[in-house]
Amino acid sequence: MSKDIRIKKGLNINLIGAAEQTTSKAVLSNVYALNLDDFHGITPKMLVKEGAEVKAGEPLFFNKNKEDMLFVSPVSGELVEIVRGARRKILTLKILADKTQEYVSHKILDVEEADAEGIRSFLLQSGGWTFIKQRPYDIIANPEVTPKAIFVSGYTTAPLAADSDYVLNGKEAELQAAITALGKLTPGKVHVSVSSASNSPLENLNGIELHKVSGPHPAGLVGTQINKIDPINKGEVAWTVAPQDLIIIGELLLTGKFNAERTIALAGSVVKAPKYYTTKIGAEISTFLYGSGVNQDKFRLINGDVLTGSKTHPEGYLGFYNNTVTAIPEGDDYEFFGWNKPIFNKISSTRALTFSWMQPNKKYDLDTNTNGEHRAFVVTGRYEDVFPLDIYPLQLLKACMVKDLDEMEQLGLYEVAPEDFSLTEFICISKQPHQQIIREGLDLLHQEIG
Amino acid sequence: MKEKLHQIKEKYKGKKMAPAFNAIHTFLYMPNETTHSGSHVRAADDLKRTMNTVIMALVPCLLFGIFNAGYQHYSAINGFPSEFSLMEHFITWDNFWLGAITVLPIVVVSYGVGLAIEFLFAVIKGHEVEEGYLVTGMLVPLIVPVDTPLWMLAVAVAFGVVIGKEVFGGTGMNILNPALTIRAFLFFAYPTWMSGDKVWVHGAKEGLTQAGTADAISGETVLGYLAQGNNDFSYSLSDMFYGFIPGSVGETSTLLILLGGLFLVFSKIASWRIMLSAVIGSLAMGLIFNGIVAAEWIPEYSKFYGLMSFEYWQHLLVGGLAFGIVFMATDPVTGSQTNRGKWIYGFLIGFMSVMIRVFNPGYPEGVFLAILLMNVFAPTIDHYVVRGNIKRRMKRLKTATIYPKVSGEVEELKTETV
Repeated sequence: MSKDIRIKKGLNINLIGAAEQTTSKAVLSNVYALNLDDFHGITPKMLVKEGAEVKAGEPLFFNKNKEDMLFVSPVSGELVEIVRGARRKILTLKILADKTQEYVSHKILDVEEADAEGIRSFLLQSGGWTFIKQRPYDIIANPEVTPKAIFVSGYTTAPLAADSDYVLNGKEAELQAAITALGKLTPGKVHVSVSSASNSPLENLNGIELHKVSGPHPAGLVGTQINKIDPINKGEVAWTVAPQDLIIIGELLLTGKFNAERTIALAGSVVKAPKYYTTKIGAEISTFLYGSGVNQDKFRLINGDVLTGSKTHPEGYLGFYNNTVTAIPEGDDYEFFGWNKPIFNKISSTRALTFSWMQPNKKYDLDTNTNGEHRAFVVTGRYEDVFPLDIYPLQLLKACMVKDLDEMEQLGLYEVAPEDFSLTEFICISKQPHQQIIREGLDLLHQEIG
Repeated sequence: MKEKLHQIKEKYKGKKMAPAFNAIHTFLYMPNETTHSGSHVRAADDLKRTMNTVIMALVPCLLFGIFNAGYQHYSAINGFPSEFSLMEHFITWDNFWLGAITVLPIVVVSYGVGLAIEFLFAVIKGHEVEEGYLVTGMLVPLIVPVDTPLWMLAVAVAFGVVIGKEVFGGTGMNILNPALTIRAFLFFAYPTWMSGDKVWVHGAKEGLTQAGTADAISGETVLGYLAQGNNDFSYSLSDMFYGFIPGSVGETSTLLILLGGLFLVFSKIASWRIMLSAVIGSLAMGLIFNGIVAAEWIPEYSKFYGLMSFEYWQHLLVGGLAFGIVFMATDPVTGSQTNRGKWIYGFLIGFMSVMIRVFNPGYPEGVFLAILLMNVFAPTIDHYVVRGNIKRRMKRLKTATIYPKVSGEVEELKTETV
């Protein structure tokens, strides 16, 4: 049974440099790294020492607050460096990869027969659990709480992001195994949404509630879909898993091996030949970036898409949850009378001498300039045009800024993740850091209410 | 030039005067600031562009106001032309010159005093100069009588910016519209300069007499005539619509205000919801008053009769109602912030404006009072609109499915046995 979701409010950001749908194999990376900022709110406790030999899938550290939640190495090799920051906080774990990869072999689980407890402990032990995120708080799921439903979005609307339909192609068996296993962890449904316009490998899976989604960004964000399908109430928990991570979970269940391989999109106007690459989690970005080539020296490299990704550099490493790497021009230059000239080459949500409304399908080459300075909230009513959730965005942001816990709860902070505010941040006339405000609000709520 | 300014900016970063320099720098060049957190790309609009769009919509009103100042002055002395021709009688160098020397000083004082205070506060508080005053500074000259003494204006602007805005934390934090706070201050502090038949035409207050005319010149607004129960003013409907009538500098031409309003709605800068609902509100109140007159509930000698019997839709053509609806009620900071709230807020502004206009004995104009009043109530309106959303969420909460913790049951048992 499929239920259609049609999103009207939103904005598609069409950028130059979408990845061409051909896949190359990236050069093998010498060093792989886990960036611990990817695991928000986790306090790591190391299990191996610097210099230790690890296999792919061998635990590197565990979560101090949930000791059975293990984080595993994406490759086999030597843990060469534990990079620490202020107060000895662990920032990055670097692993020098072996020539021939050795995997930890877990006992293969029969997903049809296994019970919830078995699947839960299997995923926690094997590192598959780290791909499951929960709402509220947008963190790795708490294994002690049963979710009311699980959401997977197979519809891609974020600018230049890897197309789910393409990267999932041919992985039906893994997807099915992962969905079957996850389905046993919730008494509720597994909601899977796909684009209404194309054929996704997710469509024909068993044990799912299929939703066909159409409309502009943020229709593809799982938060938008949760809000339309089954919004989260206070006290409830929903899980979200990105479809490319289902493949890794599925392979773990089917073969007992943690295979960190993933197909990623390298995109952006700076990239000479934007296309897809197969590589592994934690691989050095230069291993595929220079395969495609760049057309300028100064650019912003982003782990993820342009709206939600994190800043990195060619010597940086592919993020744990990312399947897109974007390179766009830096915009650190002044523009003479930039605030009153008519603008043709940038996207705008207004028509104040900005002309992007005349060509909705034109592709733009945006840079990282903020196009204005940080100001107090002044303009109202603009966010609502691109924010399809049944939430008052401005009021929620203000509640987070003044740390009003009651108001944050009542206005629906439980339902959102920072990425849901990426589009309002994009159009914000006052250039406020919406995602950061929401992140801090979620952390505060988590800490105070738990 | 670009490089030099950049070097100066870097050199004085963190210094006391940096905000003042940056304000001028960003006026010339859009800054080289890049994104650090969150979204890596940003849309083209910023606050400067937004404010600039409003100013562009106001410029025609200002130009018209300049010509009209001259036109009203010379017509009051020489009599209105019997065969009015736009090019011959209105757009003339004489009109422009007289208008320019009376109106432009008001603009200069408004911007000069207001921006000086903004810069001062920015330097003291160490934040950037925010653009809010760009629009306020343009609105103020358009809503005061043409002969307002400049020192009064300076005092009022200082009051309005400090008490109306800065004490609340500056742009974006104020409760009352600063331009209207300035107008209200003028009205209550110097009422003789703000109402009556001597202030709307340049030269009238000084009792200026021209050679060859016996009487001092005077000019009453349409509303002034009506408030006195005097229906025989000489202005035709088209005069009112085009704006060839006495009144505050920039608020007379309903046509240009309408064009400005359409531009703001088209460019998505101002809220069409507020504008439309305010028009509906004023028409509704006007119709009620017309109905009272038609039902003969009020005798013809009543002092309210003149304004009550005034055709309901013509309220939009005279006085500051149209100007207030388009440019003041739509101020996003002081207005309602939710879309549903904007309908209520706008409607009440229109409704109250006409009501105050009819019942105010001293001064037949109510727009600025109505908007200030609704500014105060806007947060309350929003509060109830947002409550609606919260209530919906609360209702949903009753059907929430919350599962017990997987290991929680065991722990609970433990505590019981202890």
